[in-house]
Amino acid sequence: MDQAATAHNVPAGHGSGHAQEHAVGQQHPITIYLWIWALLFVFSSFSYMVDYFQLHGMLRWGLIIFFMLVKAGFIVGIFMHMAWERLALKIAILTPPLALLVLIGLMAIEGDYTFLTRLASFVH
Amino acid sequence: MNTETAGALPGLHGVTADMGADKQAFSVPWGKVMMWIFLLSDTFIFTCFLTGYMNVRMSTTEKWPNPSEVFALTVNGHDIPLLLIAIMTMVLITSSGTMAMAVNYGYRRNRAMTTRLMLATAAFGVMFVSMQAFEWTKLILHEGVRPWGNPMGAEQFGASFFMITGFHGLHVSCGVIYLTIVALRVRSGFYDRKGTYETVEVAGLYWHFVDLVWVFIFAFFYLW
Repeated sequence: MDQAATAHNVPAGHGSGHAQEHAVGQQHPITIYLWIWALLFVFSSFSYMVDYFQLHGMLRWGLIIFFMLVKAGFIVGIFMHMAWERLALKIAILTPPLALLVLIGLMAIEGDYTFLTRLASFVH
Repeated sequence: MNTETAGALPGLHGVTADMGADKQAFSVPWGKVMMWIFLLSDTFIFTCFLTGYMNVRMSTTEKWPNPSEVFALTVNGHDIPLLLIAIMTMVLITSSGTMAMAVNYGYRRNRAMTTRLMLATAAFGVMFVSMQAFEWTKLILHEGVRPWGNPMGAEQFGASFFMITGFHGLHVSCGVIYLTIVALRVRSGFYDRKGTYETVEVAGLYWHFVDLVWVFIFAFFYLW
């Protein structure tokens, strides 16, 4: 318990004795990074294939969004170490962007409205 | 239980302890918190751009140019859709991988490997920006795309494209400079004297964010 407490106060790993302790300066086995790296390649190829094979409609959009979110999750979670951060930091950083969903929703309604207005007024 | 161990509580109790205790809220180096907050603000900026793009694309009555055709490259007489963009994506992911390894080697105090991997990351960044410059040149000179119009369809296409990819390219360029400076400091032993390699991780956060933004641009601008 004491060791864990002091480990938290020392910012980065001092000496290799702490090398594998999770709390000290985000040390993780290098194989995790290699796996995520490979998976990012695979998912990028998948999303490229969506375009290459000219998929359309809900299937296309669903796959694009799915691959995008998986890749974003890997990058933020593993590469940026968010998965290992404390919950207070996770909440502080990851919840504010949810407000953007409101903006996106409002602008989608607005865009739709502008489109219909233009159709009604300018397109004959 | 003293206050220090209370700061390490897990879960929601940990959140109340971290935020409510009379001490620093986040038990990570301050540079990292600041970088995260900067990246959070950057998230808002990029989302505003992408939302603006969504809005103009939804509201235009003109046909939106098909990105799959606009960004196609001709190889041996065949049009391959989005080829350059796919290569750019792979380059950026590779650079993210080398950056993650650099952070790892930094915490192992391996100066030579950290320097090498960071410079490799910066080199991939330069490669990315160069390909982007090629893409812009092709679009401006050969396809006649301008911020105020283009021959393929909706004129908002050029404005959105130059704004979004330009701002992202600026981030990559700044990242290359940032990474190069940190890499040179790693090589000179600056962080050994300072006693911590957390600056490498903070620089890594920035670089991964640039990659993250590209994931969204790739999905919404090029694939949609």
